[in-house]
Amino acid sequence: MNRYPLWKYVIVGLALLFGLIYTLPNFFGESPAVQVSSAKATIKIDERARERVASALQAAAIADSGIFLDSNGVKVRLATTDQQLQAKDVLEKQFNPDASDPQYVVALNLLSSSPQWLTRLRALPMYLGLDLRGGVHFLLQVDMKGAVTKRLDALGGDLRSLLRDKNIRHAGIGREGERIVIRFRDSETRSKARTVLEDNQSELLLADQGEGDDLRLVGTLRPEAVKRIQEFAIKQNMTTLHNRINELGVAEPVIAQQGADRIVVQLPGVQDTAKAKDILGRTATLEIRMVEETPGAIDAALAGQVPFGTELYVERGGMPLLVKKQVVLTGERLTDAQPGFDSQTTEPAVHLTLDSAGARIFKDVTRDNVGKRMAIVLIEKGKGEVITAPVIRAEIAGGRVQISGRMSTVEANDTALLLRSGSLAAPMEIIEERTIGPSLGAENISKGFHSTMWGFAAIAVFMIAYYRLFGLVSVLALAANLLFLVALLSLLQATLTLPGIAAIALTLGMAIDANVLINERIREELRNGSSPQAAIHTGYERAFGTILDSNITTLIAGVALLIFGSGPVRGFAVVHCLGILTSLFSAVVVSRAMINLIYGRRRKLESLAIGQVWKPTDGGTATTR
Amino acid sequence: MEFFRIRKDIPFMRHAVLFNAISLLTFLLAVFFLFSRGLHLSVEFTGGTLIEINYTQAADLGKIRDALGKAGYNDFSVQNFGSSRDVLIRLPLKAEQNTTRIGESVMQALTAEAPGANLRRVEFVGPQVGKELAENGAMALLLVVIGIVLYLAFRFEWRFSVSAIIANLHDVIIILGFFAFFQWEFSLSVLAAVLAVLGYSVNESVVVFDRVRETFRKTRGLTTPQVLDHAITSTISRTIITHGSTQMMVLSMLVFGGETLYYFSLALTIGICFGIYSSVLVASPLVMWLGVSREQFVKPKRQIEGANDEGAVV
Repeated sequence: MNRYPLWKYVIVGLALLFGLIYTLPNFFGESPAVQVSSAKATIKIDERARERVASALQAAAIADSGIFLDSNGVKVRLATTDQQLQAKDVLEKQFNPDASDPQYVVALNLLSSSPQWLTRLRALPMYLGLDLRGGVHFLLQVDMKGAVTKRLDALGGDLRSLLRDKNIRHAGIGREGERIVIRFRDSETRSKARTVLEDNQSELLLADQGEGDDLRLVGTLRPEAVKRIQEFAIKQNMTTLHNRINELGVAEPVIAQQGADRIVVQLPGVQDTAKAKDILGRTATLEIRMVEETPGAIDAALAGQVPFGTELYVERGGMPLLVKKQVVLTGERLTDAQPGFDSQTTEPAVHLTLDSAGARIFKDVTRDNVGKRMAIVLIEKGKGEVITAPVIRAEIAGGRVQISGRMSTVEANDTALLLRSGSLAAPMEIIEERTIGPSLGAENISKGFHSTMWGFAAIAVFMIAYYRLFGLVSVLALAANLLFLVALLSLLQATLTLPGIAAIALTLGMAIDANVLINERIREELRNGSSPQAAIHTGYERAFGTILDSNITTLIAGVALLIFGSGPVRGFAVVHCLGILTSLFSAVVVSRAMINLIYGRRRKLESLAIGQVWKPTDGGTATTR
Repeated sequence: MEFFRIRKDIPFMRHAVLFNAISLLTFLLAVFFLFSRGLHLSVEFTGGTLIEINYTQAADLGKIRDALGKAGYNDFSVQNFGSSRDVLIRLPLKAEQNTTRIGESVMQALTAEAPGANLRRVEFVGPQVGKELAENGAMALLLVVIGIVLYLAFRFEWRFSVSAIIANLHDVIIILGFFAFFQWEFSLSVLAAVLAVLGYSVNESVVVFDRVRETFRKTRGLTTPQVLDHAITSTISRTIITHGSTQMMVLSMLVFGGETLYYFSLALTIGICFGIYSSVLVASPLVMWLGVSREQFVKPKRQIEGANDEGAVV
């Protein structure tokens, strides 16, 4: 009865093999590397870039130990850090000949130095957190003044459409510094406008100014509105940073508010501050503007005389295009951007959804400009690029806009991502950056490693002394648990932090419980006179229910931590939860498999090596059978 | 080896009132200290100022501490940050001071006592972050309590779930009481340890309850206290060995884990010790007083079929 069918042994064997393979990369360490990735949404890294890297390195006579192309870009592994720096310089020159307008990001990185066949199995080392591997820490200052003026601009637009809806004629609305100024021709309209505005919006304090022909209504933001705008700005910026970092794949970033107008960003494992800055600074905003189509204007612009109020752009196809500076609509009015396909031409497209104010503006503009061209400009890092300049064929109502034309699916995806991850509510600048040195990290790793090792050793010595062979099996099962846990963490590429290592240690300390339960139960069965085989059988059987119950309660606590924890606590919770799951398998199935292999085939089994089983001389434990 | 050579069931339930009285006393003391002294929350929760300074040679932390003490700061912590030349000073959040002035005054204090310091940065942890963390911690605790109560009620009986959660929440309060009494720093990782202990010592109660249920089902003619005594006695060896093993691991963290893991493992140690006590000696009497009985486990089986484990039905 203590035999497993072959498939169970096979499963245990496969699990152990799996554990071994995915744990293995953690032992190889990491080697220096240089990574080339795209700095713009519109530039894609492909096989050609890989060849360019290879030939550039060859020309500079730098020996590499592998060039890989993956979703992030081209990575070159190098033997020494000296070569890493050399290679970086060479590649920087090759890919970004114009330093003021970098098309690519060339950054130092670390690559796992595990053998290729492991990497091909997607067996990668665990991702180490900021406290273990070092990393960069940024402090960002949010430009609150910028947030306020941005809000005032938007408010100006709102007021304009409000007055239009109420049929109140004004002689112009504009922002002057931190005020909104509305001009009127007569005081009657002004007082009418004033009541309308006071009824409809609460953010502005209104005051009458001027006399005669020059009648003005001046609006300034109320102090509480300013405060709200600033709070909103920092929240919005944090959300945007979150999206950007998440969507660009930095593990376990820390994004937290510091003081009233600063945001701290920690990017674990990022060695190259430049690359990180680029990730943070990578904003894209969309602007919709009209194309200047006055005959001759484009020729004048090409001749070097750009007409006033316009800008010269080059369209995707290479055609020059003169675009008015006046912005019809900005990305602020955008509520969503999704990649998709044009329903008629099946070309890749980006579908935009505008908010109600944006939809209204867009409807008006398209109605007034049927037959003219409109340019959709993507502004990335302060430089504009015309994505497409379609001809308006009809009025577009409803706020759903589609951008299509000469875009690949990948470009559509990237554009949508950049638009969605969105605009910042206020500009930000990095006022402090720090790199957490790898030495501190190494120290923490060794602390965590030593705690786990000595704790494990102590448990092992005790278990073997107390339970003999069964103790040894328990210890081996515990080791298997550690193997599975590390393998899973590596496979999931979870971020390991010092609390995470603590969780590994703690989980091991708790996981031995299952084996103690089993061993005690077997002893008890023996004490009550069961035969050795029966004792093993019932011991495992009876202990399982208890093990399940007790692990589920522990898991509940783990899941709660996972949901509500942040930063280091989350790392702890991930490891804790995974550890509970792996311990269920290793303590019950793996240890049973070993016991079955050792004892299962013996017909005449006299005793078990489970340590001394003491039996009371004067009758059993009184009450049970 | 066999540590536990127990001939008869130990009459734990006879002393139930005593155990609970001890428990209540500890609990009340913990609550008292929590209110009178409060928790010494880390910068993560309270917000505060971090000042990083840099020396050209290895910094003398003792002198820096003296300097800050003389300058009238309290509650500060001075640590090496990254290397022996970098020092991180933490100061609690004070509403009336602005951050630039803290930096200046700290530097003034340092130039007198521990000269050569170079101000690297003055940083400030806002109170908003801490508030969110505290709220999330409370939510996590609530979720754990609800989850465990529901699971045990579903798997056992409401009496078990109520007693288990009372017993184990009282552990949590006691851990917090210790942190309040000794004014140990209560950080995020301590919070994680507290919640982990909650799950862990509930599992202790589960093991005992499991045995209670089994004993109720298997044997007849025992009074409820006898059943509880038997269940506790037959699991005590496992209880001690398991907790001993876990404690060995925690001890290893306490010794080798360094500053970061110190309070984490300290919280675990207290949690484990009180966990054994409360989940066995507090939860079981509570179950008894809530009126657990054999019928609650055996009845449904008889109604379903004619025969039961013991043989034919008379």
